[in-house]
Amino acid sequence: MLINPASTHQDDLWLERHIVDPSQDNRQPIILETKQLHVYYGDNEAIYEGDLKFAEHQISALIGPSGSGKSTFLRSLNRMNDGVARVAGQILYRGVDINRPEIDVYEMRRRIGMVFQRPNPFSKSIYDNITFALKRRGVTDKKTLDEVVETSLKQAAIWDEVKDQLNKSALALSGGQQQRLCIARAIAVKPDILLLDEPASALDPVSTGKLEETLTALKSNYTIIIVTHNMQQAARISDYTAFFNMGRALEYDKTSQIFTSPKVQLTNNYVAGDFG
Amino acid sequence: MNSKLQKQLLKRSKAAKIERLGKGVSFLALMLIVLTVFAIIIFVTSKGLSTFFSNHVNVIDFLTGKNWNPNVTNAKGQPEVGALPMITGSFVVTILSALLATPFAIGTAIFMTEISPQRGARILQPVTELLVGIPSVVYGFIGLTVVVPAVRAVFGGSGFGILSGTFVLFVMILPTVTSMSVDALHSVPRYYREAALALGATQWQTIYKVVLRAATPGMLTAIVFGMARAFGEALAVQMVIGNAALLPTSLVSPASTLTSVLTTGIGNTVMGSMQNNALWSLALVLLIMSLIFNLIIRLIGRRGAITK
Repeated sequence: MLINPASTHQDDLWLERHIVDPSQDNRQPIILETKQLHVYYGDNEAIYEGDLKFAEHQISALIGPSGSGKSTFLRSLNRMNDGVARVAGQILYRGVDINRPEIDVYEMRRRIGMVFQRPNPFSKSIYDNITFALKRRGVTDKKTLDEVVETSLKQAAIWDEVKDQLNKSALALSGGQQQRLCIARAIAVKPDILLLDEPASALDPVSTGKLEETLTALKSNYTIIIVTHNMQQAARISDYTAFFNMGRALEYDKTSQIFTSPKVQLTNNYVAGDFG
Repeated sequence: MNSKLQKQLLKRSKAAKIERLGKGVSFLALMLIVLTVFAIIIFVTSKGLSTFFSNHVNVIDFLTGKNWNPNVTNAKGQPEVGALPMITGSFVVTILSALLATPFAIGTAIFMTEISPQRGARILQPVTELLVGIPSVVYGFIGLTVVVPAVRAVFGGSGFGILSGTFVLFVMILPTVTSMSVDALHSVPRYYREAALALGATQWQTIYKVVLRAATPGMLTAIVFGMARAFGEALAVQMVIGNAALLPTSLVSPASTLTSVLTTGIGNTVMGSMQNNALWSLALVLLIMSLIFNLIIRLIGRRGAITK
């Protein structure tokens, strides 16, 4: 059965939602939670009430068709939408609402880092890319910086490929290496949460595979929320998956649940490949 | 049947004719410009070199001589055509005005692109465009009635001199440098800024460490463009600099630039005379300098392209 979400008039289909609380079936505490989140671009509402809870040390995937609001939702989580869109509602990070105007966004973003769709290393050396944020925070000790460069690059699984060329321009790396460098750069400030906005969409399958391995390995130290267009990717690496459609999180459950027996009809249509 | 088709295909259609015509016209336009540029270069060069070949002035003496008085012959029996005072004057006003304009231009450009893009586009964009459009004689006139008396009151002297020239040129090149700096900042990709902000860098750290670094080649080009404009500006400078062909001793002593001597002198000499040839030599120096400025701009552009 093919359902075009834009043309359906069945209200019950729209109201049909299934959102779980990951702390119920998993002993990990909740690290990030959104409450009554609404995002507006001018007068257009892009997100209607995305109420989701993310558990610590889990990979959560956000899937959904183009324009479903998953990227907008993700970018709101560390206030990257500041100045771009208006975000209303609460974003509770370890119980603190970080969506209040008095929050120091720079300190918050150190704890909630982000990696973007397109690899965006600075036109500096590999070393300087990793140390950029630390130096901005006043870390100047060479030994500390060296250590951070090594551990971050190792955690991002790119150390072996670049350890002999740390002073080379980051732009000389391949796209997949650049993206793992961006992950290393993000974890160099030891964030709590890592947000990734379709990090593999510009990469070839081999690089994507390496990136996924990296993310899986990072899970033990970080909480990861990833937007992806690729349903197989979500199925491969994530513990929880949220399905977004037309600005609304319709279903949020264990990934195995979402891909085998979704509770919401639209989710079923989407993961079956009927639209999107 | 087939021969009819062949005829149709071999006959040049109207569209094809128009296309040929269009190509021809645009090629002619291009050739006209290239020829004009070459004609100017050849003319100025031949005229400028005649000082050295017809009037037998030593090139080194010309470039390093401190006395400019083409009507008088010196002890060696050669006319006094030392261009050093004017060359010095041109370089000093150019460099000083660029030094003065650069921080203002970069500050304005940062405000317009990074801090308040909306207000920047609405207010500052038209203002800078207006400043570019004001004729240089107006700048010179304002310089003469406002800047010169002010310099006289504050720094002493007659008020005419390099300092007044610097202030006038500063205002004249500011819009050029600013708008080109704005373009340079705009060309820094958005994802550079996002990358820095997402790492917890403040907006100022992002501007200072990422955006400005990435825009450096473009900024340098902007500054060199401003310098080229300052170097070539004649009228406004001539009105405030004092026009004394002397090696400047201070910033407030009357001086002259290559352009100011040219504009004041060219009407008072007879074509082909020694005095006239000496002025052409100054024009040649100007031309060479503007070619050098162009070269620098191209070099910076290429360097920037490689690092990106």
